[in-house]
Amino acid sequence: MITTTGLTKVYRARGREITALDGVDLHVREGEVYGVIGRSGAGKSSLIRCVNLLERPTAGTVTVAGQDLTALAGRGRRASRELRAARSRTGMVFQHFHLLSSRTVQDNVELPLEILGHSRGKRARKARELLELVGLGERATAYPAQLSGGQKQRVGIARALAGDPKVLLSDEATSALDPKTTRSILRLLRELNRELGLTVLLITHEMDVVKAVCDSAALMENGRIVESGTVPQLLGTPDSRLARALFPVSGDPLGGEGTVVDVTFHGEAAARPVISRLSRTYNIDISILGAAMDTVGGRQVGRMRLELPGHYEENVVPIGFLREQGLGVQVQGRPARLAEEGAE
Amino acid sequence: MTWSEMQPLLSQACWDTLYMVGWSTLIAVLGGLPLGILLVLTDRGGLVHNAAVNKVIGQIVNIARSLPFIILMVALMGFTRWITGTTIGREAAIVPLATGAIPFYARLVETSVREVDGGLVEAVQAMGGSTWKVVRSVLVPESLPSLISGATTTVVALIGYSAMAGTVGAGGLGDIAVRYGYQRFETGLMWITVSILAVVISLIQFAGDLAARRLHRRGGHPGPAPRPRPLRTAAPGAGPTDAR
Repeated sequence: MITTTGLTKVYRARGREITALDGVDLHVREGEVYGVIGRSGAGKSSLIRCVNLLERPTAGTVTVAGQDLTALAGRGRRASRELRAARSRTGMVFQHFHLLSSRTVQDNVELPLEILGHSRGKRARKARELLELVGLGERATAYPAQLSGGQKQRVGIARALAGDPKVLLSDEATSALDPKTTRSILRLLRELNRELGLTVLLITHEMDVVKAVCDSAALMENGRIVESGTVPQLLGTPDSRLARALFPVSGDPLGGEGTVVDVTFHGEAAARPVISRLSRTYNIDISILGAAMDTVGGRQVGRMRLELPGHYEENVVPIGFLREQGLGVQVQGRPARLAEEGAE
Repeated sequence: MTWSEMQPLLSQACWDTLYMVGWSTLIAVLGGLPLGILLVLTDRGGLVHNAAVNKVIGQIVNIARSLPFIILMVALMGFTRWITGTTIGREAAIVPLATGAIPFYARLVETSVREVDGGLVEAVQAMGGSTWKVVRSVLVPESLPSLISGATTTVVALIGYSAMAGTVGAGGLGDIAVRYGYQRFETGLMWITVSILAVVISLIQFAGDLAARRLHRRGGHPGPAPRPRPLRTAAPGAGPTDAR
């Protein structure tokens, strides 16, 4: 749905060059929620603003819904009519909402419809509908300043949906909100994604956001995407920094002669109660040092750090059992490759 | 001079002042608003960045603002005659008044419009809005309270300028104060004129502040509307205080 190839953005300021994006290849499939995470300054904001060409990329292409936007841009700073038409088919929500304080909630939602040239009656009907959808039907005549942050963002989302977009861009939409409001906004985004088949590209610096709503994620650093994939794929990748950040496990070994093993739950096999079966089958005592687990769609997803009694050599068979169950296993103090060979 | 002698003089003068100030304010707003917006739009990082246009408009505004009003009035005589057919009278005074007030208001508009959050502009662009749509639905409505405060400041400055218009036989309150009060030593008349000016200016300022605050509050902002701070005060010798 959204594809960028070799996207590069270089800012020139007083003779200095700052590379905000350094050849970013991004692929967001239709109907998924895709999260780009990174620290501030990693280039994620430039990335999302390049997707609707609010920022002109220095090089590379952006394709949204099969349309090459970079080709539409034309020369100069002003947006061509075609580019503006393409933008009106893409919704965008912002960290600081960016609602017009001089307009009521309803008039704010009507703004994109004005741009599309809809009649007054049609605009009002659509705006009411959208406000109902985001749960703000009763605040249509309020001014933005009379709303809470979460309500403002709901208005922002309603406004972004006014042009019936296929794609929604979310620029740190929840970063200015408290945790509870963040959850409710994310839930709303998830619902919209499911009910309207909306493709969502969101950027955030909060891991929890990715964990809560994203089907896929990418990690950005210094203008590059250093890791990307669907969440199960990432979990299945040994040494994935995103997976480790999404499901952080800590916990020091208990001391003595134990083998510390990090187990990653993902995919089909993760539904079974593996740990207790392991314990019963091999009659060993297992200590759980730390865990970060979630149950998503009836499946367990996450990581767990276990300690098995005895040296690694004594635990080859139980570790093999874990691998047979389809879990990702990584033995602490041994490189991933070596540990795998040892198990076979 | 008795009150029955002063009364027709004063009412005619009040009417003349309002007539001149009213028309020139209207022209100043109509001319200054687009000019001020253009200054913001063509500036570096603006929506239609154009260094040449920006420089030219900026220079014209600066030169027009740096001329003392009385000089401007004399300098514009040819232009005034071309437009109104005369260089004397109320109508003739409106031309230099408006010409002086346009750049004054344009600068105030510029500072007001610059205060508008760039994120709002971006939001409208992201919806596919054109530059014209940005101006119409973001820049002007979002800075409206401040634009109104600026217009109030312009009206008050124009009342000051209009006193000097008396020198081209335009009449008005300032003219009465100078000709009768100063030149004929009618101190009583002078003080009445000054009081009327003070009251008129207070009323205009009050009305302007009220309107700006109403609009500002509508947006739910607590507290008073921000007053635009003119970068420079009116041309030397043309301030409202001098007119009194």
